[in-house]
Amino acid sequence: MSGQFPALQVVLPLLGALICALMRRGSWAWAVALVVCWAMPVISWLMLSEVLANGPISYAMGGWAPPWGIEYRVDAASGFLLLLVSLIGAVILPYARTSVASEIDEKNIPWFYTMFLLCLCGLLGISITGDAFNAFVFLEVSSLSTYGMIALGKDRRALLAAYQYLIMGTIGATFYVAGVGLLYSMTGSLNFVDVASRLGEVESTRPILAALAFITVGMSLKLALFPLHVWLPNAYAFAPSVATAFLAATATKVAVYLMLRFMFSVFGVAFTFDSLAISEVFITLSLAAMFGASLVAIFQENVKRMLAYSSVAQIGYITLGIGLANQTGLTGGIVHLFNHAMMKGALFLLLGIVIYRIGTVKIEGLAGLGKRMPITMGAFVIAGLSIIGTPGTVGFVSKWYLAVGAFERGWWWLVFLLVGSSLLSVVYIGRIVEVVWFRPLSKEGKAATEPPMGMLVPALLLVAATVYFGIDTSLTVGVASKAAEAFLAGLK
Amino acid sequence: MSAEQLVILALCLPTIGIVLIGLAGRWPDIREAVTLVTAVVLFGVVLSLLSDVLGGARPEVSLLEIVPQIELKFAVEPLGMLFATIASGLWIVNSIYSIGYMRGNDEPRQTPFYMCFAAAIASTLGIAFSANLFTLFIFYEVLTLSTYPLVTHKGTEEAKRGGRVYLLLLLGTSMLLLLPAIMWTWVTAGTLTFTPGGILAGKVDGLTLGLLLALFVFGIGKAALMPFHRWLPAAMVAPTPVSALLHAVAVVKAGVFSVMKIVVYIFGIDHLAATGQSQWLVYVAGATVLIGSLVALTKDNLKARLAYSTVSQLAYVVLGAALANSMGMIGGSMHIAMHAVGKITLFFCAGAIYTAAHKTEVSELDGLGRVMPFTFFAFMVGALSIIGLPPFGGAWSKWYLALGALDANQLAIVVLLMVSSLLNIAYLLPIPFRGFFAKAPKGTPTEGIKEAPLPCLIAIGLTALGCLLLFIFPDPVFDLVKLIDTPTGQ
Amino acid sequence: MAVLENIVNHYNHWITIFLMVSGLYIVVARGNMVKKLVGLSLFQTSVYLIYITPGKILGGTPPILETGFSVYSNPLPHVLILTAIVVGVATLAVGLALVVRINEAYGTIEEDELFAEDDGQL
Repeated sequence: MSGQFPALQVVLPLLGALICALMRRGSWAWAVALVVCWAMPVISWLMLSEVLANGPISYAMGGWAPPWGIEYRVDAASGFLLLLVSLIGAVILPYARTSVASEIDEKNIPWFYTMFLLCLCGLLGISITGDAFNAFVFLEVSSLSTYGMIALGKDRRALLAAYQYLIMGTIGATFYVAGVGLLYSMTGSLNFVDVASRLGEVESTRPILAALAFITVGMSLKLALFPLHVWLPNAYAFAPSVATAFLAATATKVAVYLMLRFMFSVFGVAFTFDSLAISEVFITLSLAAMFGASLVAIFQENVKRMLAYSSVAQIGYITLGIGLANQTGLTGGIVHLFNHAMMKGALFLLLGIVIYRIGTVKIEGLAGLGKRMPITMGAFVIAGLSIIGTPGTVGFVSKWYLAVGAFERGWWWLVFLLVGSSLLSVVYIGRIVEVVWFRPLSKEGKAATEPPMGMLVPALLLVAATVYFGIDTSLTVGVASKAAEAFLAGLK
Repeated sequence: MSAEQLVILALCLPTIGIVLIGLAGRWPDIREAVTLVTAVVLFGVVLSLLSDVLGGARPEVSLLEIVPQIELKFAVEPLGMLFATIASGLWIVNSIYSIGYMRGNDEPRQTPFYMCFAAAIASTLGIAFSANLFTLFIFYEVLTLSTYPLVTHKGTEEAKRGGRVYLLLLLGTSMLLLLPAIMWTWVTAGTLTFTPGGILAGKVDGLTLGLLLALFVFGIGKAALMPFHRWLPAAMVAPTPVSALLHAVAVVKAGVFSVMKIVVYIFGIDHLAATGQSQWLVYVAGATVLIGSLVALTKDNLKARLAYSTVSQLAYVVLGAALANSMGMIGGSMHIAMHAVGKITLFFCAGAIYTAAHKTEVSELDGLGRVMPFTFFAFMVGALSIIGLPPFGGAWSKWYLALGALDANQLAIVVLLMVSSLLNIAYLLPIPFRGFFAKAPKGTPTEGIKEAPLPCLIAIGLTALGCLLLFIFPDPVFDLVKLIDTPTGQ
Repeated sequence: MAVLENIVNHYNHWITIFLMVSGLYIVVARGNMVKKLVGLSLFQTSVYLIYITPGKILGGTPPILETGFSVYSNPLPHVLILTAIVVGVATLAVGLALVVRINEAYGTIEEDELFAEDDGQL
């Protein structure tokens, strides 16, 4: 049984999605999704523990050996990501019961869970696969189901947001597969390990450079690197709360992972950073994201959109770690994948609770909510402190590693810019804190009370995680630095 | 109980207090009792640690590794012990005062108030007992965050604005300047642990040392060194017990304590003296002393006047550190204690005047001393201590600072100290004198005004007495301060 | 002369480039949502060519084992592209479904009119 875990990790959500599509009642679909989502972290955790003890796991799909067959490969980085995605799914499902029931029509609820499980399947598949084209297939599986999920949002602007995301996301995925095609035509293989070993002879040819460029741009679209982030604010703002929370915590992270896999494992750090000016470009774009997106966030009236722009800024931190390309910086970027997922997941879940109670996320609507919903808003403040980077929370850990990484490169000016952008987040988080705790109660807020336990517990769990993993960093930083080490060493 | 267990207990007590106060919220008397009992027990624990430290012990407690090779670690040494004693002792007095003030003014939301107080004290002890820069930084930030609700307690537009300045300035300086300084130290020195003699000798020299010092000193916004002092007057929107806490017990003291600790245990006094890289700081601190006093002269609002007085007085401690010799360090460290007791007296009196007579401006206080003699007499005692005249504690710290300036051949500083004392007289003494001897201004009768509530008066009496006792018995402070930077067993 | 030969020999790449660029142009330049989807599909077909055309080995026969033939064209790209075509069709289907719903909700599928509808909030 345990030998089949890699396949089960992907097949179970797929089957679950099929079953959900056949369900006619929303609560039955939810139950199926719950079972699947709770089984996922168990599988991921077992695989990750084995990887940490014994080294990477290699699984040949259908028994066909790589490089002709499709290989599923779990190592420190992919295991980390699998655990992250499945944990987020497991935490969100109990919450989803009430949230989805209140935001989506009854007849569409089974379809929502179908899309959710398909998205989960796609994301887990991208993380686990060792085949480039297989990654494209899973990428599109997760993307198409995402477009569906977003379009189920209440506001009609969700449809426009889904359409815009569809256009941009498809362009991104198509660029990715174009790059893979160029790689395939030059090396004759689609398996990551195999391509890496064959790349030596053809390294300096133009198609390989073009392939790297195509893949980087394609994945940058998917991970919403500035200025290719345009789809993100609307998609997050108008999607159902559960979809936003899930996507914010997972979709962009998996795209980062795929890009890391290509840049470091397939092409190798020397080739990637010497042949294209990746370091400079990434650092410039990351800084633009950190400052630009934070500034825009400060002026938003819709709190969901504000947090979406905050996500763009936080993704800038991750890509900054990639641009630094040294052990400490890369560790910081990878650990921020996990940390940001915790922070943003928590924040969007809490916002979903607010929507459930008062029906709006305009900032005026939140006025005075601290008096009626103290636990929810208190948790919001703690997660907000993590975004700011207060020591004792996960946000600080990522920032520490990124800054020390920048120091080690001798770019002390980058350190000041890094901490400077955190100051901007003080402003927009502070704005929410002031409105929630200092203003008199708004008319929407009068209906507010604390939410049901099913919604509160998952959100509080994620908030607790942002504090716990900010103090006991052995798991997150330990795995992240192992992953960074493996990436920097390459697969050759 | 071993010294290590005492350290843990000292940190846990106020933290547990937060929870207990919250639980007792519905029964105000029990809630106040919880605060007082916690404060008294804490003081007892700190005192027993004090005797250990005076005997040469340096207990260390290592909790966990947050980032590889950097631990959350506590170590008690003389300077931290001094700060902890002052903070925990004054918490008792401040709590007594708060009871009188908050009830006398019928302030709302008293339970969150006392809870945040306990949180602030917990973070203060964390700062006092920190063994490395990392631990110090964590509790420094927690202190800012736990005092923000206290500063904005009134909930008015003004309170919000004051809170904004407070938060942005303190978080801004700590994130933009202090954190990079800590990281820089980590990358160059390879360690963040406070070590007698400093950790930078041989690793950082010359202009870079001065630059690093600047990052640290300006990054510690709580020390209110100009031009990052604006948060202090802005925080005056808070209720007076909070102002007392900010100015005397915790926040500013945490700031100057951190400056002193970093100068002594990261830079090393001898290394600084040898490279001469702290001279610019002598000038900046001196300028702050002077400008702070001058601005205080122009302020009619009593709390604003006291705020700028604090800015000026804090610069004394920084000055002591900047002089980079042992007399200066002794004078600066003693001033942490003397100023704390003196300033808290002044703030208590200001609050008492507000509670009893609802007056906030200095010009309104003429003749008030005749109906509130106890308060105004205590004010005079506190003022004399701040000015630095015997028989009050402030005289000692000023004396040692002057000695330190002479040791460093900085006669200008000695002159500055004298000028500043004159300015202190000019902006502080008129208040009690006019209170006692001037006629009440027209249209503001002073009949019917009585003294402040009894708990306030008790607190005022205790701190005023403290000013006197610190002059007569300076030895505990002095002995402790002499031990700073010396290896144990000396 | 060598340059001309070069261009002629790589005609498959030129067609790919033309399709890619014209597809992208249509996506960007046309305001009608259906037309955008058309452009997207055009763009995706260029990628199919990137896979399939190198798969045709010059001088190779169709990939059926037969004695006497040693050079076969590569069948794998075709398989991959079948998958990619399915993905493309699915994307087109989802896109068109969205367009239908947008038409129902807004009454138009022209980008500039839609932009004006929601006070430019998009």
